[in-house]
Amino acid sequence: MDAANTLATLQTRESRVRPGRRIADRLLKVSCLMATVVGAIVLGSILLMLIIQGVRGFSPNLFTQPTPGPGSEGGGIANAILGSLILTTIGIVVATPIGVMAGTYLAEYGRHSKLADVIRFLNDILLSAPSILIGLFVYTLMVRPMGTYSGWAGGVALAIIAVPVIVRTTEDMLRLVPGTLREAGAALGAPPSIVITSVTWRAASAGIVTGIILALARIAGETAPLLFTALNNNSWFSSDLMGGVANLPVMIYQFALSPYPNWQGLAWAGALLITGTILALSIVARLVIKPQRAR
Amino acid sequence: MNAASAMPAGDLNRGNPSTGRAVRIAVRNLNFYYGAFHGLKNVDIDFYDRQVTALIGPSGCGKSTLLRTFNRIYSLYPEQRAEGEILLDGKNVLDPNLDLNELRSRIGMVFQKPTPFPMSIYDNVAFGLRLYEKLPKSELDGRVEESLRKSALWDEVKDKLKQPGTGLSGGQQQRLCIARTVAQKPEVILFDEPTSALDPISTGRIEELMEQLRDEFTIVIVTHNMQQAARISQYTAFMYLGELVEFGQTDRIFMNPTERRTQDYITGRFG
Repeated sequence: MDAANTLATLQTRESRVRPGRRIADRLLKVSCLMATVVGAIVLGSILLMLIIQGVRGFSPNLFTQPTPGPGSEGGGIANAILGSLILTTIGIVVATPIGVMAGTYLAEYGRHSKLADVIRFLNDILLSAPSILIGLFVYTLMVRPMGTYSGWAGGVALAIIAVPVIVRTTEDMLRLVPGTLREAGAALGAPPSIVITSVTWRAASAGIVTGIILALARIAGETAPLLFTALNNNSWFSSDLMGGVANLPVMIYQFALSPYPNWQGLAWAGALLITGTILALSIVARLVIKPQRAR
Repeated sequence: MNAASAMPAGDLNRGNPSTGRAVRIAVRNLNFYYGAFHGLKNVDIDFYDRQVTALIGPSGCGKSTLLRTFNRIYSLYPEQRAEGEILLDGKNVLDPNLDLNELRSRIGMVFQKPTPFPMSIYDNVAFGLRLYEKLPKSELDGRVEESLRKSALWDEVKDKLKQPGTGLSGGQQQRLCIARTVAQKPEVILFDEPTSALDPISTGRIEELMEQLRDEFTIVIVTHNMQQAARISQYTAFMYLGELVEFGQTDRIFMNPTERRTQDYITGRFG
């Protein structure tokens, strides 16, 4: 068979197959596109609504004045902003060492152990556990025995939510470090502790930091665990972590459900602030990991 | 034991008096297992002091496996184990009571892919020195420079010692890894296909470097490249399916192999 003949056969065969495949291809393409559009519209309208309503409630007072009493005008959410900062700080400060160490155990020491498999499985369950359960857990563990809602309890609840996120990303990032780097460290006579602290941690540092930032973004917006622990505090922040502490998510929850337009406006402004913060954290996380990807 | 694995012993006796070289590593009846897989079978071989010995053979023949027993780097993986004797200056490397980290500071290793640590060029070279020697800063500086000079990298990096080692080119990274190994002043350096990830020019520089390093160190190199083995080694071992088929002076192995399988491999009939 000469070349022209072969080409002709191939072309007829292709034209026989083509119509059906083309339709299937089109169909898949269109349905994927439609799904994307639907998703984007939902997300877009949430953001649009949030921006329109949130900007209306925005004023410098937000950052300087505490939450106003029921039915009264003016006021801000300064106590809730400060409270949220303190609670997420406690959460992340408690969760980071536990999460990084546990992730390191899973990726470095426990690679070949059954115990690590069990821990990894439990961690994945904790990762997707409803956050209200964690709130109730800390309520039973701390709020009930201590007899008061407290900032400490809120921080601990947030830490419990952050730990599995950090464990998971730390392990994943350490696993991306090539095994030859560990071998190279060991081949120089470095014990595992030195290989981990000065080679693999460094190689994975951008990814681990990203995981911590993402955990921060995650707990910044958590409401359910705080309802049962830190609750709220409508006065200016008292610096007393042994009592209830104002925070943005619970403030939004309470104010949005209230009948007072002023409170509702503050809730919108708080929601916009939280969303903006989480967006900013996510962008920072991407920037941190970028140079590593480029390598 | 079959005739093939008995070959090397006779060959050693012929090779030794002609060079007068001392044996640095003596491998006796070495068997290696990856779980249930028998990766090395009754290997006996000697490595001579300050000579380059090349391990050649088709993929999966056990040459890297053999290399990885000398510093027991395989022990990072619990399913891998070795049986037999590997005598380094008369002491058995496989003795479970041996100080592994001390062993590894005496037997350096360079890998197929360059493995610079995520730290500065200076810290990369100083890494091994800081582990076991508490040197004053000036002396540390001196050792780092000396090692970089020995690895033919000093002139290229002397002005950027604080920059990350990962920013160097592939060939430079590999020479950095050699410098890092040389800095510890080991007795033996193991090279596991050190140039297979490099371009021809970088490969040439590494080969020149090995020629110089031979003055000071006993070198064992695994290579897939037979021309490379012929160019840089004084001794060559041909391995096949976990067995040592033939061992002897490189010239003889390539010009006048006694084993049929060696001849078939070096003439490109299989592998």
